[in-house]
Amino acid sequence: MTETLFAPGHTACAGCGQSMAARLVLDAAGPNTIIVNNTGCLEVFSTKYPESSWRVPFIHSLFENAAAVASGVESAIKYLGKADSINIIAQGGDGSSADIGLQALSGMLERGHNILYVCYDNEAYMNTGVQRSGLTPFDTNTTTSPAGASSLGNLRPKKPMPEITNAHGIPYVATASSGFAQDLQRKVKKALSIKGPKYIQVHVPCPLGWRHETNLTLVVAKLAVETGLYPLIEYEFGLLSNRRQITPKPVEEYLKLQGRFKHLLNKPEELKKIQEIADNNIKKYGLKVEAQQA
Amino acid sequence: MKELLEGSMAVAEIIKRCKPGVISAYPITPQTHIVEGLAQIVADGQLNAQFVNVESEHSAASVVLGAVATGVRAYTATSSQGLFYMAEVLYNIAGMRLPVIMTTAARAISAPINIWNDHQDAVSLRDSGWIQFHAEDIQEVVDLHLIAYKLGEDKSIMLPVMVCMDGFILTHGLETVDMPTQEQVDKFLPPYKPPYKLDVENPLTLGPLVDPEYYMEARYALNETHKEALALIPKLTAEFSKVFGRTYNGLVEGYQLKDAEKVIVAMGSVCGTIKEVIDELRVKGKKVGLLKVTSLRPFPVDEIYTALKNIPKVAVIDRALSLGSFAPLHVEVKAVFSGKTKKPQSINSFVVGLGGRDITKDSIKEIFRLMNGKEKGIEFIDLKPELLKENYD
Repeated sequence: MTETLFAPGHTACAGCGQSMAARLVLDAAGPNTIIVNNTGCLEVFSTKYPESSWRVPFIHSLFENAAAVASGVESAIKYLGKADSINIIAQGGDGSSADIGLQALSGMLERGHNILYVCYDNEAYMNTGVQRSGLTPFDTNTTTSPAGASSLGNLRPKKPMPEITNAHGIPYVATASSGFAQDLQRKVKKALSIKGPKYIQVHVPCPLGWRHETNLTLVVAKLAVETGLYPLIEYEFGLLSNRRQITPKPVEEYLKLQGRFKHLLNKPEELKKIQEIADNNIKKYGLKVEAQQA
Repeated sequence: MKELLEGSMAVAEIIKRCKPGVISAYPITPQTHIVEGLAQIVADGQLNAQFVNVESEHSAASVVLGAVATGVRAYTATSSQGLFYMAEVLYNIAGMRLPVIMTTAARAISAPINIWNDHQDAVSLRDSGWIQFHAEDIQEVVDLHLIAYKLGEDKSIMLPVMVCMDGFILTHGLETVDMPTQEQVDKFLPPYKPPYKLDVENPLTLGPLVDPEYYMEARYALNETHKEALALIPKLTAEFSKVFGRTYNGLVEGYQLKDAEKVIVAMGSVCGTIKEVIDELRVKGKKVGLLKVTSLRPFPVDEIYTALKNIPKVAVIDRALSLGSFAPLHVEVKAVFSGKTKKPQSINSFVVGLGGRDITKDSIKEIFRLMNGKEKGIEFIDLKPELLKENYD
């Protein structure tokens, strides 16, 4: 095994999609990289003093300010005249990126800093015990959007972060998945080859929060993409430049593996609504293989 | 060189000479002139720095945190609500042992919203781990910034330092300032060479998760460093004096204390008014004096004890409240004498000038008059009783 820059031995849960994705991201970026991390699972399981998994310079400050701290790091690197030789990656979970840290992220994107921002999207506040976030999917059962006699779970669909970040006029936005390792690494390398602010959102299954078997992480991640629920897309300079095409599978195949959607399985009306979300994605981004050939 | 300068421009000029590589700030009254001045200095090519215009004070503090963690000197400034919005980051900066230097243009806190001067913003941040200086006049503001960088960046300290200047009174006031030359500043303040930083040649993890096995020691060490700063500050001010010819203690400053029977303890620009009143009352034979507290953090316990132990009547002026309790500076001065045999007969508590209410010479004379040797609770000076009689029926 070649040595990874993200050392094993950390305390992530078995089957953690985020730990896999973080390793892939860093190894794609290489050793001349500074990591700025929001508070969250990743920071907690990889930096418990006096140990650290990070074989590159790493800084964690607060929950919501990685984009702003990274802006300071990048400004300092520019001042030192090392801007061309060092990658700066700011990263966090979906809550710290799309909710509490959205303002700092927006500021970083608007100011044009040469930083890659990576959002590890496990679709809820997992570090605090599976509370819903702005990126929790429609109808998901979480501890703060529980399913019950008068609720089917999370009321709203995912906040469209790729479009929100793209609307800042930045040169590169992509979604990726821990289920597609080479695709993720290609996107990281591509992003780092472009000057300016970049945003990559990586879908990372959380066996604990999604309540799937720990050996199914990659299966679940792949199904999210193959159903059209998590489109893999790239925007370059504002325009959709690439998408991973699929032969769509029914959303039920994805949902039925996860306890967070268990309450929906005998509710065809709800399954239909979720299938519509997938279908809209497929249409919007032209995800269907046939669609391209036509 | 002596120049007539607005306080904010004086700060911008001294910061220019300290050569920060990264400046980041968000506008808030009455801090704005400082960062406008620095923005122009950078735009004119007089200072090689990255000027980062952020979307909030939270991010301004985060940007300078990131810059100092990367080994580059940085600067920010704020006021009031901005300071509070930074608060989470400020505690973090101190805990991470990053010597960020900032100016606080001291201002009242909302509600009611009020842009004028008191000390509620800065004083509320006293537990953040930052060293906190309060300046009396613009010259002292200038000089304390130089001392702040030298102190904060000292390898034995590695703490952030906040220099507080009274909003409008000092930020917008004009004063003839002896502005240090670049050569003097370079002689006094060496380039920033931190013992740890983000460096791809030597990867470190900054800001790790620290569990109960280690956390207490990290916080204990912070507290111990404040004690070390107490010892270092007078050494640095002595060094400062050799280069610049101006003498400060840096912790406290006594005025007419020698035979004083009544002494006011205060911080900030009101000390100038108090000195003037003292001069007038001394002519009339009144034995009055002032103890100015420059360093609120670290709190100079021994210096305050020595200065006040033989003073019969002491009054502490607060320009902030700790709502529901004693006034903040007063309670700390009282604590200095807890369990001591030599101590003032009375230490009274006065609150003045909240939200920019003028503190006149008469206000100060009233305080001296009210120091009758009997301690009371907080006494508010210049309160308008007629405004307290609102009828909602």
